Amino acid sequence: MRHGKYPLIIAFLVPPLLLYGIFVLSPYVQAFQISTTDWGGYTADANYVGFDNFTRLFRDGQIWNAIQNNAILLAVVPVVTIALGLFFATMLNMGGRRGQAGVVGVRGTGVYRLVYFFPQVLSVVIIAVVWREVYHPNNGLLNAALGAVGIDGPTWLGDPRFAFWCVLAVLVWSNVGFYVVLFGAAMQAIPRDIYEAVLLDGASRLVTVVKITIPLLWDTIQVAWIYLAIAALDGFILVQLMTDGGPNFSSDVIGLRMYNTAFASDTRFGYASAIGVVMFFLTLSVSVLALRASRRDRIDYS
Amino acid sequence: MNSTRRDILRRGVVAGVLATPAAGLLSSCAMGGDDDDSGTGSERGEKTTENPFGVKVDAPLEVVIFNGGYGEDYAKAHEAMYTEKYPKAKITHSATQEISKTLQPRFVDGSPPDVVNNSGAGQIDQGGLVSQGALSDLTELLGAPSLDVPGKTVKDTLLPGVVEVGSYDGKFFVLNISYTAYGIWYSTKLFTDKGWAYPKTWDEHIALCKTIKAAGIAPWTYAGKHPRYMSWPVIATAIKFGGLGVAEAIDNLEPNAWKSDAMKASADAWHQIVKDGFILPGTPGLDHVQSQTEWCRGKAAFISCGSWLENEQKAVTPAGFNMSVAPTPSLGASDKLPFEAMRGTASEPFIVPAKAKNVPGGLEYFRTMLSMKGAKDFTQKVSALSVVAGSADGATLGPGLSSVVKALDASGANGFNWVYQNYYRKLERELVDAACGEFFSGRIGPAEFLDQCQKGADSIASDSSIKKYKRA
Repeated sequence: MRHGKYPLIIAFLVPPLLLYGIFVLSPYVQAFQISTTDWGGYTADANYVGFDNFTRLFRDGQIWNAIQNNAILLAVVPVVTIALGLFFATMLNMGGRRGQAGVVGVRGTGVYRLVYFFPQVLSVVIIAVVWREVYHPNNGLLNAALGAVGIDGPTWLGDPRFAFWCVLAVLVWSNVGFYVVLFGAAMQAIPRDIYEAVLLDGASRLVTVVKITIPLLWDTIQVAWIYLAIAALDGFILVQLMTDGGPNFSSDVIGLRMYNTAFASDTRFGYASAIGVVMFFLTLSVSVLALRASRRDRIDYS
Repeated sequence: MNSTRRDILRRGVVAGVLATPAAGLLSSCAMGGDDDDSGTGSERGEKTTENPFGVKVDAPLEVVIFNGGYGEDYAKAHEAMYTEKYPKAKITHSATQEISKTLQPRFVDGSPPDVVNNSGAGQIDQGGLVSQGALSDLTELLGAPSLDVPGKTVKDTLLPGVVEVGSYDGKFFVLNISYTAYGIWYSTKLFTDKGWAYPKTWDEHIALCKTIKAAGIAPWTYAGKHPRYMSWPVIATAIKFGGLGVAEAIDNLEPNAWKSDAMKASADAWHQIVKDGFILPGTPGLDHVQSQTEWCRGKAAFISCGSWLENEQKAVTPAGFNMSVAPTPSLGASDKLPFEAMRGTASEPFIVPAKAKNVPGGLEYFRTMLSMKGAKDFTQKVSALSVVAGSADGATLGPGLSSVVKALDASGANGFNWVYQNYYRKLERELVDAACGEFFSGRIGPAEFLDQCQKGADSIASDSSIKKYKRA
């Protein structure tokens, strides 16, 4: 068996590593290289400009404005999404009153689960288009509902006070379903005897959630946290389709800045790559920090 | 799960560290195209009066068309006309909705197609292409004799402004084949029913807005999410008031061009429709299609748009709506241009890349498009005006387009245009756009509006990484 080891390893390992190197690593590396040039994107000519793009970026007010919005997304989206996800998953898995052990879901759990998961099935583009109509100031679902109770709704996506939060709400809405299912699955794996034991000890439902469920779900929550943090640093598709960063840059995000700089309103690929490089390091540091901050000992059920 | 996530991140760090030393090795990747210019237009045949560009009769021609509102059939017809003259030339035709994504690698690689219809949302920024030397100079085309209008050069057959809008620093790089008028649109049916007449002066305009509002209709709506649509009437009003120099100053990024007296007078006037609540409530939250649809449903009387409006709204325009375009109202008796003066410009750009294999073929293809036969066919197929003068004669046009023809006729030699959005796309698409949004939703006044536009223009002017153009 031993003598056949290396050909086997090479046969199975080299092609994927090669593909990974060419299609994943080399574009990254090239982005770093391009970010030090003034490449315009439509000829082969590019001049090396050192760190010019980065110094320009540092003084670019539009970039800072976009980063600020991403920072708000980063602070709000993961917290709200995980809280809602945990709440709904808890209701679906242990919110019901039937049975002694108190670990069944509310009535109609299956239907709810389907409803929550529904946005996950839709393409983000469709979500954006649907919500654009929901936020329609005159004929939209939202203002019609507000109008029915006598409130004059705002123009939502046309108002710099609301536009960003409207997109943020859709970002949360489109993500929650997935985490309901993810947390739900993890909750199913928690042994029932633990719940029976604490209920016998007289613990309330809230205490059960805080002291038993959440600690036992910690690994899953941590993963959710990192995924959501990365999503919050992006947000590009929803923003571009719903508000295109407006009004007056109030809902701009750094991903949109990069896209506009390269393709939409500018053709400065060098500068856009510099924005991409900054995004890379931002995402990287946020992920590392999230992992460090949420590290805990692993619990094994045995 | 934990360990794998961490591994991925660790690999990311490694990639970052590797980047620096590896950068030098990668000169042959994304940007490593063919640097020599030897291919440029080298395949020339002999120049004759029949063949002014020296097309090699059997040289293949590759045409890439933007497959949008105009479709691709009109181009296939032009290609058939080209093949009639050069039966040995093999034409490769393709159509895409994503010009930039499809062609960017080929531009870099040095093997772009011969003719590109650079249009649509995925359009390549033309200022960028020009500044990177990626386009062929089309000046030769203008001096060539027209294919089927005897005694005239191609330039003689074009409507005013076509050459100017495709020129950068006096060189003609971009041929736009569709002629667009920008103005204020209204439904003649609505106006006849109510007994209203389109106002010629600003005071009449405000008076009519009052009447319209009293009739329970909002006088105005606009593309709230693309508020730059409203910068067009504001600048047009200023040009008519202060003369063509107003536009030239803006195009040339002159200091305080946006704060000229004419722009101030115009912004003050337009502020009136915001102040008096003449704009359909909710408009800032609508995109262009949503606002145009509200207008078609009779919720608002006026909207600012270009002559593509009729085509864009085809599906939702009620029968008998009879949309019509009109110039912006005159501010007063001292206006430098008459009321009829209107912004007319060419759109739907075509380019020949500098590194195209068959540059003469591309020029000849343009000459075919600009022949009377090609232009008439274009107008029939896509119901839009061609840049060739007189090509709409005898064609059956919709009410909107007929009104465009009439308005352009009336405007005649007084027609005007501006081009800063071609030179510095970011200025209109992002900066002026944002300022218009604030202004027309009433969050800022006219002075702050012009300030914000000026600040945008200044930021472009002072950015050394953006190439500047002078309007000739």
